[in-house]
Amino acid sequence: MIDIGLGHYLTLGAIIFSIGVAGIFLNRKNIIVILMSIELILLSVNINLVSFSIFLNDLTGQIFTLFILTVAAAEAAIGLAIIVVYYRNTSNIDVEKIQSLKG
Amino acid sequence: MLAHSLFFYTFSFIAIFSAIMVTASKNTVHSVFFLILDFISVSCLFIMIGAEFLGMIMLIVYVGAVAVLFLFVVMMLNVAQQKKQWFSSTENSKHIPLGVLISVIIFFELIIVIGGWKFKPEVASSISLAFNNINVSNTHSIGNVLYTDYIHLFQLSGMILLVAMIGAIVLTFRRRSGLKRQSYFSQISRERSDSVKLIEVESNKGVNIDD
Repeated sequence: MIDIGLGHYLTLGAIIFSIGVAGIFLNRKNIIVILMSIELILLSVNINLVSFSIFLNDLTGQIFTLFILTVAAAEAAIGLAIIVVYYRNTSNIDVEKIQSLKG
Repeated sequence: MLAHSLFFYTFSFIAIFSAIMVTASKNTVHSVFFLILDFISVSCLFIMIGAEFLGMIMLIVYVGAVAVLFLFVVMMLNVAQQKKQWFSSTENSKHIPLGVLISVIIFFELIIVIGGWKFKPEVASSISLAFNNINVSNTHSIGNVLYTDYIHLFQLSGMILLVAMIGAIVLTFRRRSGLKRQSYFSQISRERSDSVKLIEVESNKGVNIDD
């Protein structure tokens, strides 16, 4: 309990990952919160990679965290641009009402 | 060691609480604020564990750019009117137990993975590409590796950012009608003979402008 090891960090990553996945499923409001849940998932993956990198004394995890950060930033920018365009066309971003694809 | 565990539990509880509040908050602006809190506490954890470069990059990229972008979009789109609903379940409320079930399953899977990690410690030494130079700092060692061994991936990530930037601009660019725009081609291809005419003005005749 007092000794903080690798397992503690991995558990934190697992908890945040699960909360992110639950957020995607539970969310019925608007689609921006779904994008934020995806950001949470990427954050938990970063926690896993960094903690493994530190505890294994190997830098590769931190390098890959940098690339995940890049991809997350690009994904957020593109996703928000799509949301802005969609809102401009239909003037709502309710998850319930986005059903053009009949999914 | 006590201070380490104390800080770890503080930051991780804040991170978990704010992650829950991101998904459960009624107001989207509050969700963005909790997302910022989550990023900050996780970057504190990174700095504490020894990955200080990534912690700082996390602050700059996530809090400084991504979260502010989220906040900007949330405030620009008028989503404040939808904040009254709490998981507004019309007929789709059957998604909720499914989502809870799936996230619980994923959580226990990850716990199992961690258990395997804990009880097989010799895996750690076998797959480690030993990097244990104590003298150089974290930023220094990342720079050593990033610009030599990973230079192609680094430039590829730069290309990803460029494509994302171009894509965001192209997606949100709106060509309005009735707007006077510059035509660079006609500006550049214009010559002196097209626009200037030299006229010998005779005395007492004047110039006919209407030509």
